[in-house]
Amino acid sequence: MTPDAGGVDAVIDAVTAVFLVLGALMSLTATIGLLRFPDLMSRMHAATKPQVLGLFLLLAAIGLQMRQWWVWPVLVVAWIFQLLTVPVSAHMVGRAGYRTKHLHPELLSVDELESVVRRAATERGGTGPGYAGPAGTAGELDDVLGLGETGDGALSGTAGQHLDDRGDGRGDQGEGKG
Amino acid sequence: MKDVALIITAVVLTLAAAGAIVRIAVGPSLLDRVLASDVLLGIVGAALAIDMAVNRHLNNLFLLVALTLIGFIGSVTVARFVSDRRGQANDS
Repeated sequence: MTPDAGGVDAVIDAVTAVFLVLGALMSLTATIGLLRFPDLMSRMHAATKPQVLGLFLLLAAIGLQMRQWWVWPVLVVAWIFQLLTVPVSAHMVGRAGYRTKHLHPELLSVDELESVVRRAATERGGTGPGYAGPAGTAGELDDVLGLGETGDGALSGTAGQHLDDRGDGRGDQGEGKG
Repeated sequence: MKDVALIITAVVLTLAAAGAIVRIAVGPSLLDRVLASDVLLGIVGAALAIDMAVNRHLNNLFLLVALTLIGFIGSVTVARFVSDRRGQANDS
């Protein structure tokens, strides 16, 4: 080895330690966001975004420590699949949360989906001025979003009612919106 | 230095896992719990990665790959299950 190999090793160990600590802090950030944010949407943002960067840092630390060439493609595959699958789960949770009214409308600065749902409801000649009632909202949301595998009406009429499986008051808010 | 990093990450990940479990316990709706369990899964993956990096082995590598591959299926399934169950509960 070259005489400064020890120095290089020390630098790599230091970088690895920094990556490990930062990656762990990303998980802690996600948890703090989960505990402190007020509604499902903001919790979803906090929970799904920092851990992708955290996992990247940890995988980079593994690659720096192992120094075998075949490890890097596996690590890249792991991170790419994390990048691909985390938005899917976040989108599904957010979609179910919007449809079942797990959100505080007063906390939103923009709700672009509401106008779309209202326009689609009026085009269909549905329940009056669009968002006026719980009936039909979920099915129309399915149609608008083009995610119609459940848009067969099985969800219609459910969106504003019994929103919470524990009934802790958010259901009342959703019904009051209608 | 790696021992110090190991201790720090152990403490941080323990706190993070405890917070996620608290959110699973108190989280007012089912979707909050699903989200928190997803975070808990990510913390477990982070612990596996830190173990590999500190102890310089690769025993958990493909477990980690599988975790990132199929970890999202749980929350997606439960998100759909919430909608479907509510629909059927109201229809019946």
